[in-house]
Amino acid sequence: MTRFVKQFAGALLLVLLALAHPATAQDLLPPAPYAYKQLEDPALEAKAQALMETLRCLKCQSQAISDSDAPMAGDMRHQVRTRIAAGEEPEAIRTWLVERYGDYVSYAPQNKPIMWPLFAAPLFILVMAALLLRGRFRRDPKDTGK
Amino acid sequence: MIAELGLAVLWMAAALAVLQLFAGVVALRPGGAAMIGLVRPLAIMQGVLVAISFMALIDLFLETDLTVKLVAENSHSMKPFIFKLAGTWGNHEGSMLLWVTIMAMSGGIVALVEKRLREDTLIATLAGQAFVSIGFYAFLLLSSNPFERLPKAVPEGAGLNPLLQDVGLAFHPPTLYVGYVGLSVAFSFAIGALVTRDVGPAFARAMRPWVLGAWIFLTIGITAGSYWAYYTLGWGGWWFWDPVENASLMPWLAATALLHSASVLASRNALRAWTVMLGVIAFSMSMVGTFLVRSGILTSVHAFAVDPERGSFILALLAIYIGGALALFGFRASTVTEGERFSLFSREGSLVFNNVMLCGTLAIVLLGTLYPLMTEAFDAKVSVGPPYFNPVSAIFVIPMMLMMSVGPLLRWRRDKPGRITALVAIPALITALGLLAVVVFAPSIRILPILGIAVGAGLAVGSWLPLKGRNLRRTPLSVYGMVVAHFGIGVALLGAASESAFSTERLAAMAVGDTQQVGPITVKLLAIAPVAGPNWTALDATVTASYKDSAPVTLHPQARTFSSPPGERTESALHTRWNGQLYAVLGNEGDDGRWQMRFWWKPFVPLLWLGGLLVALGGILSLLGRVAHDVRRLRAEDKIAYRKARLEQVK
Amino acid sequence: MSEATAKRSSLAIWLPLALFGAFFVLVIWGLVRPADREVASAFIGKPLPQFALEAAAQDRPGLSTADFKTGKPKLLNVFASWCVPCAIEAPQMDALAKRGVEIHGVAIRDRSEDVARFLATNGNPFTRIGKDDVSEVQVGIGSSGVPETFVIDGKGVIRYQHIGEIRPEDVDLILRKLAEAGQ
Repeated sequence: MTRFVKQFAGALLLVLLALAHPATAQDLLPPAPYAYKQLEDPALEAKAQALMETLRCLKCQSQAISDSDAPMAGDMRHQVRTRIAAGEEPEAIRTWLVERYGDYVSYAPQNKPIMWPLFAAPLFILVMAALLLRGRFRRDPKDTGK
Repeated sequence: MIAELGLAVLWMAAALAVLQLFAGVVALRPGGAAMIGLVRPLAIMQGVLVAISFMALIDLFLETDLTVKLVAENSHSMKPFIFKLAGTWGNHEGSMLLWVTIMAMSGGIVALVEKRLREDTLIATLAGQAFVSIGFYAFLLLSSNPFERLPKAVPEGAGLNPLLQDVGLAFHPPTLYVGYVGLSVAFSFAIGALVTRDVGPAFARAMRPWVLGAWIFLTIGITAGSYWAYYTLGWGGWWFWDPVENASLMPWLAATALLHSASVLASRNALRAWTVMLGVIAFSMSMVGTFLVRSGILTSVHAFAVDPERGSFILALLAIYIGGALALFGFRASTVTEGERFSLFSREGSLVFNNVMLCGTLAIVLLGTLYPLMTEAFDAKVSVGPPYFNPVSAIFVIPMMLMMSVGPLLRWRRDKPGRITALVAIPALITALGLLAVVVFAPSIRILPILGIAVGAGLAVGSWLPLKGRNLRRTPLSVYGMVVAHFGIGVALLGAASESAFSTERLAAMAVGDTQQVGPITVKLLAIAPVAGPNWTALDATVTASYKDSAPVTLHPQARTFSSPPGERTESALHTRWNGQLYAVLGNEGDDGRWQMRFWWKPFVPLLWLGGLLVALGGILSLLGRVAHDVRRLRAEDKIAYRKARLEQVK
Repeated sequence: MSEATAKRSSLAIWLPLALFGAFFVLVIWGLVRPADREVASAFIGKPLPQFALEAAAQDRPGLSTADFKTGKPKLLNVFASWCVPCAIEAPQMDALAKRGVEIHGVAIRDRSEDVARFLATNGNPFTRIGKDDVSEVQVGIGSSGVPETFVIDGKGVIRYQHIGEIRPEDVDLILRKLAEAGQ
């Protein structure tokens, strides 16, 4: 019976995790001003939106801050929008966040040695395919190969 | 009583699987001829028994038998019928039972209908199928018994995860499952062919309908899953490159490659070792996907049934079956003689190109998904997301989609470029015009959507070219299938590119009576009121939307609260027009009594899922064509045999 | 097929198994490694960002960067009244305060009346409490949840981050980190 209770509690926890709401932590404060409000200038808002789509929500399982209802994601959207409105460049804001949370916060892989294999992968795959296929095709179309 | 019956039948089926493996192995050895007749009936009986076991579990869920642990943990007597039914497979144990059910029933069907394959290859195939299912029976019976009873009945069940209480999601996992498990049949065929060194057109023809069937289910499953994520997660996204999503995409990519290479093997007796390899890889990807989802080794927004212990069990099965199959491949592949050769510029050549590009995409998705885990070994925490997956997969996908307009026009073995230039000029021209139009009229959009629109438009037209010059009434159904599926890919690409290029978003705090503009649509918040559903309550917003000057339609976005088990979910409301979709979400109430509303106008986004369904429809047409063809041939063969027999009687 | 081609393909045949082996080793390692779902701050060793927060409670002043540059190491505790583990670590915070540790609090997304109630129930070890309604300081120092406790040295440089509640067995570690920051 205790095992059942434990598993039920586990299942419940999973549900709550899946909803990305901290189980007991629900603050009552309204969201930050720019969490759910767009910038007036559509060009700036587009810039902010493009950046927010590539920043990872730290409280969620695996979501960008632009896709999350977690309060902290809202606060981060507020940060991004106010900084964009103040004239900062998106990449500067990304760097600012990476300085604080490490590369984890950015869905866009950073240019660091540890990421180089990831960027080399497509080239590597194409070269491998070319090597494996070399000499496999029939050269002379007149030769029927039988 | 029903639970005990289900369990007993399941044990019997497991015993039959062991017997089937044993009989198969003996039959393949010299002097084992006595066992040959045993393998097929065993496979059929196994399929029937597991089906009975699965029906027993369905019955327990429909009756809400609260003395059964699984029912008590996952169901609730007040739940609507459809979710009681879906509860059967909406949990780990039930879904594993579904897995073996599909596996054993497919094995049974293979045993019943397959007549083209050499008998020893078929026996090796069925023994392989039994070998794979034994692992899953062990998993079920030893660590995930779905029929376990509670010492005492509980007064009420715990219910089903609210996110799962959705018609779309009730049928999305089993659809994907049928696809995953269907690939196990392709795997068994590959093993069988390797064991008896019988890799040839007959093997490809026997395997093809199973790959096609599995692929249809995977296509529908992924399309439905994407649509479900789109309208449930509440932010208008439809693909996040999340590990769980990638886990469903990888088998699809492998199955697509396998489908094409199998057709080369079936019609031209080429790409032998490669097709066998893909048969192994496709099912590996199903198991890798299941492992990634169940083990919780990677963080995902769709994590439901996570349990590291079960993850280890699946990993062990993965090591035995996939490691074993790849080792067998290593030992046997060098003895598989190279098939017919062909020149680079031929139908085969274009299909090899397609296979390389599909496998390249697959490798990128797999690498990107696992990369965060790899870097953690070096103590670095990183994220890999859309900014990597989108452009890098495009490196492979865009050339492939260009090739899709060309390849089907080519002749087998060798062709001359001059023969098709005039035809290919049509999609090429459309792609070029599309590129020009987008660059001129919408210069601000990003490069990938531009390419997507141009290439998608070219493919949507180019996909029909194979029908040119054919007698449309005599064209085989499978050709129509290919045309429709390729057309669907073009349509889906257009929808995806248009969504990413032209969507407009409007976030607004609205009081009742306020209006807002989102793209060409005017929305007005009319009322917010509480409503009650069968097992939830919700705040329900009444919103009217009018496109330009047309008559307004009413939408009801909701914020739902579930009680058993507790949980919350936003229920977005959609209004679909021919040229796009309005997406409305009700958020929280602010201090000033205004409501956080979110709206998106997404031009042509429904094309995305329509395209997915067209791809599946193409698969269905193709499958019908192949099956009809096989049936006709079998009948013809029967007739010939009958005439021969008659002739001999006369003599 | 030439001999070179044959050799190449015989190696290629084993490539899938080798890749699968690598995958297998990776995920085995992934399964046995201690689950680490926390995001550590990358801002350790860097000076606190500029901020000036209003007071979150009536009997404690607000908090700004200058309050840390007094030459003496201090704790910066990120907390909230709505956070259950924050109440669990309260006795340890009190113990630290009684041993002379100066603790500044940052209340995340909190209302003054709730903070007051929380402090009345759980004790008030804080010298100053800033009110961070938009997680400005939290993001500024790379904190990703509540509670988190940072050791700040006398020049206002972040020296150490403790993620999650401080349990009784963690108190010595915190004291040691404070002593290290004071050297």
